[in-house]
Amino acid sequence: MAVIIDHLKCNGCRDALESRCEEVCPGNLMIRNEEHKAVIRSMSDCWDCMACVKACPMQAIKTKLPYELAAFGAELKPKTTNKQIVWTLKYPDGREEVFTIPVESI
Amino acid sequence: MAKKLDENNIMLNPIIVLLETDLLIIGGGTAGCLAAIEAKELNSNINVTVVEKANIIRSGCLAAGMNAINAYLNPGETPESFTKYVRYDACGLLREDLVLSQASEFEYVVKKVESWGLPILKDANGNYQPRGRWNIKINGEKLKPIIARKTIKAGVKVINRAFATNYIIEKGSIKGVYAVSTNESKFYVIKAKKTIVATGGAAGIYKPNNTGNARHKIWYSPFNAGAGYAMGIRAGAEMTSFEHRFIALRTKDIISPTGTLALGFGATQINANNERFMQTKLSHVGGEGAPTPYRVFGPTRELKEGRGPCYMDTTHLSKEQAYELKKSFLDMYPDIVLYWAANGIEPDKEPIEIQGTEPYIMGGHNQAGYWVDVNRQTSLPGLFAAGDVSGGAPYKFVSGCFAEGVIAARQAVKEIMFEQQLTNLEDINKAEYSLEKELERVYQPLHRFHIKNQELTQGITYEEMEARLQKIMDEYAGGVSSFYEMSEPRLKVAEKKLQQLRSQIPFLMAKDYFELMNVHEVIDRIDVAEVLVQHLIYRQETRWPAYQSRTDYPERNDAKWLKFVNSIRDKNGEIKIIERPYEQIVPGDRYLP
Repeated sequence: MAVIIDHLKCNGCRDALESRCEEVCPGNLMIRNEEHKAVIRSMSDCWDCMACVKACPMQAIKTKLPYELAAFGAELKPKTTNKQIVWTLKYPDGREEVFTIPVESI
Repeated sequence: MAKKLDENNIMLNPIIVLLETDLLIIGGGTAGCLAAIEAKELNSNINVTVVEKANIIRSGCLAAGMNAINAYLNPGETPESFTKYVRYDACGLLREDLVLSQASEFEYVVKKVESWGLPILKDANGNYQPRGRWNIKINGEKLKPIIARKTIKAGVKVINRAFATNYIIEKGSIKGVYAVSTNESKFYVIKAKKTIVATGGAAGIYKPNNTGNARHKIWYSPFNAGAGYAMGIRAGAEMTSFEHRFIALRTKDIISPTGTLALGFGATQINANNERFMQTKLSHVGGEGAPTPYRVFGPTRELKEGRGPCYMDTTHLSKEQAYELKKSFLDMYPDIVLYWAANGIEPDKEPIEIQGTEPYIMGGHNQAGYWVDVNRQTSLPGLFAAGDVSGGAPYKFVSGCFAEGVIAARQAVKEIMFEQQLTNLEDINKAEYSLEKELERVYQPLHRFHIKNQELTQGITYEEMEARLQKIMDEYAGGVSSFYEMSEPRLKVAEKKLQQLRSQIPFLMAKDYFELMNVHEVIDRIDVAEVLVQHLIYRQETRWPAYQSRTDYPERNDAKWLKFVNSIRDKNGEIKIIERPYEQIVPGDRYLP
């Protein structure tokens, strides 16, 4: 299990030639289904690079580490703006940690 | 049902797209993009085309970002001092001419990429912040998009979503490439005056540490499938040093970098008894600062002899430092931060467990790849190689790949001025290896699925063949399960099993273009694995422990083996070994940094 896509949030990047997640996946893994929603075509082929998670303008994608590696209940979500990425890390006990990292705006 | 058949017809009878370009670059990653931009800047009248399997925006090794440039000359260092260190790290054998030439370009390429918008951390005086002798800190989350956007802006033609299958060869010269679209019924014939191959190295040859849905939780990009090596092997290019495999020392399970822990936060390796085994057992080769292979060999031996688990000791960190450590990982490897939170690990309270990955074949950390001259010209006329696919020059990392792209582009552009004519299609069809033959080879797995049966039980899927290849290599050619050790009798078993695996290639099938890409990737990996096994058999010494550990020849032997093991696969599929001499250029003890 690699990325989970919230189809209520995903808008398929409307009429873009390639959706943002399709564009950034280094493994050709993201496509849009017949309902124009993003799907990953092979979970086990995902590298977990999180390029799609960071690129999604709707914040509809999150990483789920395979259960064989990581216990249930933690979450890591980026919010990308022009100058920075704000990462919110949620612990299974509900605690939160926030990290702000500058990036070049392009 | 009728519609389905129509779709199949289109799928099996692709549109042939003919393209012509002056300079063709295969692979739009780190080295490829830098080559393309350099060529355009040298001569804007030259047509430059990049063909890329995914989309250059995030494709290649840099998808997740980088938090450091790890090959850079900090104040006081020179190309010679760098080469001396790299020679020490490569256990005394490398192409010093190539390493010197890449180091001479570090300043140029790093400044160049900085000018495109890469944030490099600076101290109060405006100097780059070092993070170790050869390292500087960057905020490189967007490193690849920065390079990609510059490539497009420079006027380079980019063909995304097409994977290269074989070179176009005319009278022994490389004249472009065949490529297949990953999402439509298109087959590209791209003719070029000069070609630079920059496809990266090969992952997926050995069984990975993790399985199931975590099978691609690996260090190297799993999408680097060795296409550039395989095309070169099939075209009879001379390859070097495949036996100098790379194994990364990583944090366990999540496979994130340990360099950040060691260089950035001063963590040392310890075993289950809290023993700093690098110092106590390997101080004669440099202890914690030993050449990279020993830093994998050290903990691997502890595990083998029952003193595991092994760790990077981070318990000296303060709460604030632990927070900074997490921040540093978020710039290039966010997963570990999530992994720690999920599993209740706080790096300031407990040490971080480590392990070696499965072996990879690549020329960016080690030196597997095309045998090239100082201009990165391969043994095949018209073809240059840059980045991980190019051999002989270890310790390239990101900036060395930039440098090789630039070096290859300069020479290719120079030669394009004198190049006469492009090959025409008739010549391609008259050639010994015709377009028709390549179409048949490439689309055969689709035919097998759609025409012959449409049942998965009637053939082999790419996943099945990949798993079998990885099992063979793991068990008989020094994978994780055998602590990276090998011997001639075991390698001979690998050789035999690979021959049988090759005979099963005609049974591979693909139901769509995505699967077709994966099928060709596994075929390419078999070509790479066969050459690798011959190289491993030939070198009868242990030069790079763990990377190349021979139980039948456990010592290094400079008298006999201070030389390169190269190979060429001939037209009959025979792999011929060629020995090439080592040349020392930088004076000094080859085993000192």
